[in-house]
Amino acid sequence: MESAGIIAAFWILAAVTVGGALAVFLSRNLIHAVVFLVLSFLGMAGLFITLSADFIAVAQILIYAGAVSILMVFAVMLTPMSSRDNANSLYAMPGVVLGLAVAMGVAFVANDVEWSVLADLDADRFPTTVGAVGDLLLGRYLLAFEVASILLLAALIGAIMLVQEDDA
Amino acid sequence: MINPVAAVTRLRVMGPAYFPTGIRERIPRPRSRVLLVAAIVFFVVSNAFNVFLGYLIVNGSLDDKWYDFRDLGIGMRELTAWLDTQNASLPSGFDSVGFLGDHWMSYIATGFIGAFAILNFIGIVLLILVWTERRLLARIQVRRGPNRVGPYGLLQPLADALKLIQKETLIPEGADRFLYYLPPVLIFIPLMLVWGVMPWTPNMTYLDVNVGVLYILAVGSLSTLAIFMAGWSSNNHYALLGAMRTIAMMISYAIPQSLSLLAIVLIVGSMNLGDIVAWQSDHNLWLAPLLPLALFSFFFSATAELNRTPNDIAEAESEIVAGFHTEYSGMKFGLYLAVELGNALAVGALVATFFLGGWSLFGLENTLLPPYMIFGVKMAMMYFVFIWLRGTLPRFRLDQLMAFAWKYLIPLTILNVLIVAVEASILARWDVNEFISLGLFTIGNIVIAAVLLRGWSRALGYRPETEPLMHPTLHGTVGGLKEAQRISSVAAAPDAAGSR
Repeated sequence: MESAGIIAAFWILAAVTVGGALAVFLSRNLIHAVVFLVLSFLGMAGLFITLSADFIAVAQILIYAGAVSILMVFAVMLTPMSSRDNANSLYAMPGVVLGLAVAMGVAFVANDVEWSVLADLDADRFPTTVGAVGDLLLGRYLLAFEVASILLLAALIGAIMLVQEDDA
Repeated sequence: MINPVAAVTRLRVMGPAYFPTGIRERIPRPRSRVLLVAAIVFFVVSNAFNVFLGYLIVNGSLDDKWYDFRDLGIGMRELTAWLDTQNASLPSGFDSVGFLGDHWMSYIATGFIGAFAILNFIGIVLLILVWTERRLLARIQVRRGPNRVGPYGLLQPLADALKLIQKETLIPEGADRFLYYLPPVLIFIPLMLVWGVMPWTPNMTYLDVNVGVLYILAVGSLSTLAIFMAGWSSNNHYALLGAMRTIAMMISYAIPQSLSLLAIVLIVGSMNLGDIVAWQSDHNLWLAPLLPLALFSFFFSATAELNRTPNDIAEAESEIVAGFHTEYSGMKFGLYLAVELGNALAVGALVATFFLGGWSLFGLENTLLPPYMIFGVKMAMMYFVFIWLRGTLPRFRLDQLMAFAWKYLIPLTILNVLIVAVEASILARWDVNEFISLGLFTIGNIVIAAVLLRGWSRALGYRPETEPLMHPTLHGTVGGLKEAQRISSVAAAPDAAGSR
């Protein structure tokens, strides 16, 4: 049995996450949608903290709430019709269908898998996750790590090539 | 014959009494004997108290006690243990299923005390910082600064805050109300979150997280969105320009900042701020001489992320009115000002933690001097450097600032990470005497930093200013003082002009 604090934190954070995600596509303004998306990301980070995954939580804030949201803001600003009604989209029906499909898939997995619950959960079972993540990244999953690095390097060089001005 | 009135006037103008007596600050002078006796009594009593404390510390009877004033964390630990025993002795019916957990009392108590301490620290220190900054800037610019409200103008920040609270809050027409109200509040949150992980003493850290360095980067990146919201919702072109500049600058300078922190993590082998300070304390070596390039890039990127003056293009008054907070008035504007000052102090504390040894001072922290006081002094020193930079340096241009990040700081910090990685692997693999290896690395890194900083700027085409200084010269033919004198002399004596 988990303590009341964790349970209360889970429900509050879950409400923040789901509420933020709902507000993303219920808000009429695209910038408002980005702000609610950041709220949803922060709720996700809080959920990670309740799972003792401190590294992933901080990485979630750093990458999604800090960087990806700014990227989205730039994308919205550079789009000509950024002040347009958020609901006015050609992809409304396909989006709803796809979302329902994903939700059903997640629900099926959540119901079907036999989740093994550890009875004696305490802080000692969760040592620092940073060292473990680093060991795995540079040990077992080295190839994936290198492939991702090469991909990012290629994207970086491609971006520089795209915006390069011709001197001639 | 000396005209006495003229002589006195000239004396008044030339002498020390340049300012009229009304403006001059009156230095209070204890004239009465009571004050003198009180001062002597205070001197004797405080010294006796100090000697008593010194005896206690040498005696060792103060170590690991809850009343050890040098480390308040010990008292908190004792309190936590006591609360846990109270928790265990609760009637079983109340907590029979373990629903509330074994530590809920201590969690609530420590969380509340720590948050209360941080909030009050920020609130009080912000009031002092405003006064300090204004007085020091005035001193640098040969002014007086605030000196009317209270003794030495110390109550000026309070008066300013009261004024700002009373002011009418103006909302621009066409502003996005929802996004306009949020940012002044949102931007305050990262400021308070940063203080959570600061190690004040070995045992005095509110959030002792293992990912402290990443936490600081993550929390620092949160304020970007708040600034963008402020600029976008104001319905003002200057505000939007300022917000876009801020975002561009923050994204650019987050890279050298992270890379310079990566160098620290490589050397120390931990992302916990307490471990970083403990490493510097154990090796009797601050990271500032060991990683001078990282210190330079971190400090410069920090000034850029803070919008402090060498890099405050986000609110450049001469170009875009006030940047992202152009349209904010009253206490909303006051919150932006407060956050700016508080962030400067927080970055000063970070520099002190990462590079200047935090609470350690070569063993002096184990004596009478409380470690949190050492930390506070280092923090204040770094804040003074920020004020000094603000009073001295002119503002960069936007393109200069971006070029400085992408062409200068980022290549240098990447190189620095490579060098430090080699050194860290040498330290980890070979069992060399630490005195020799760390000494060699320190000297080598200082030389490398000097050569790289100078050579790379030269390679990019930057030179020191070589044009000769333009001295003002007086030309008799086109005017000026000499010509005026000649004309007046000609007018006085027409025959002198003919002879010339």
